[in-house]
Amino acid sequence: MKCGVVVFPGSNCDHDVYHVLKHVLDQDAIFLWHQDEDLRDCELIVLPGGFSYGDYLRSGAVAAHSPVMAAVRRHAEAGGLVLGICNGFQILLEAGLLPGALRPNASLRFVCRDVHLRVERDDLPFTVGYRKGEVVRIPIAHADGNYQDRDEALDALEAAGQVVFRYVDAAGELADSANPNGSARAIAGVVNSGGNVLGMMPHPERCAEDILGNTDGLALFSGLVGAAAAQLGAGVA
Amino acid sequence: MRARVTVYPRREILDPQGKAIHQALERIGFAGVRDVRAGKSFEIELDGGDAAAAERLLAEMSEKLLVNPVVEDYTVELLPGEPS
Repeated sequence: MKCGVVVFPGSNCDHDVYHVLKHVLDQDAIFLWHQDEDLRDCELIVLPGGFSYGDYLRSGAVAAHSPVMAAVRRHAEAGGLVLGICNGFQILLEAGLLPGALRPNASLRFVCRDVHLRVERDDLPFTVGYRKGEVVRIPIAHADGNYQDRDEALDALEAAGQVVFRYVDAAGELADSANPNGSARAIAGVVNSGGNVLGMMPHPERCAEDILGNTDGLALFSGLVGAAAAQLGAGVA
Repeated sequence: MRARVTVYPRREILDPQGKAIHQALERIGFAGVRDVRAGKSFEIELDGGDAAAAERLLAEMSEKLLVNPVVEDYTVELLPGEPS
């Protein structure tokens, strides 16, 4: 699968994502620049973590208006795969490609630690490598990860099955102490209604190799690669 | 033409900064504070002097970039006089 990792000024997880796709999973991966207007036939676009444009105004707000995002929007609207991690999630929300908003953490602190997530769906290209209800351990590192929206919008999101990851304790149960940032309904990741654009605050690319001591994030990327290959196979047949 | 756009979190949205400031005000002895919302303001200078056109432009800027309408509200004021 050809994968494009977008580099904004201030991105700092771009090489980590590239490494997982290129060296761990042996995929054709390239970097795309925030001023690019062409995605060069990439099937998967990843918006990585970092502090794009210094997080000025609001996290992701300036990046959402950069030239590459017009192309990412067209890609998403055509059903192309888009994954936003951390700052990438913030950018997708600011661009209106996903619903809701990320506010400062309830603690007002930058939180950097492993959290437990419950996988709420296993029928998406992003989550076919997991089982529904599975609990995985993935690190977070952010100051603005507090997912919020109006109650009726949250109800609609839940009813449509667009909540993909939730912060839980090690046993997979919801608990205030397991919610690291105050997110409404413990939401850690959401998908668009088309199922092809996923945003998540945790960093699966930081736990995708044995040498890192945790491989819980690898199934997200390997699942994506497998799903894309299956889709291609179905298209050919 | 000078203007000020004031942006603040919507009332129903959790505002961790406003809450922390509220608690700090109480801690240093200011009683009777009911609520604090922490926002930001932008002073913007525009070409031209047509107030109605300026208000339209400022509303468009706000909706497109300055404000996240999911979680924020805003007000626009035109300011008198030239910048000092």
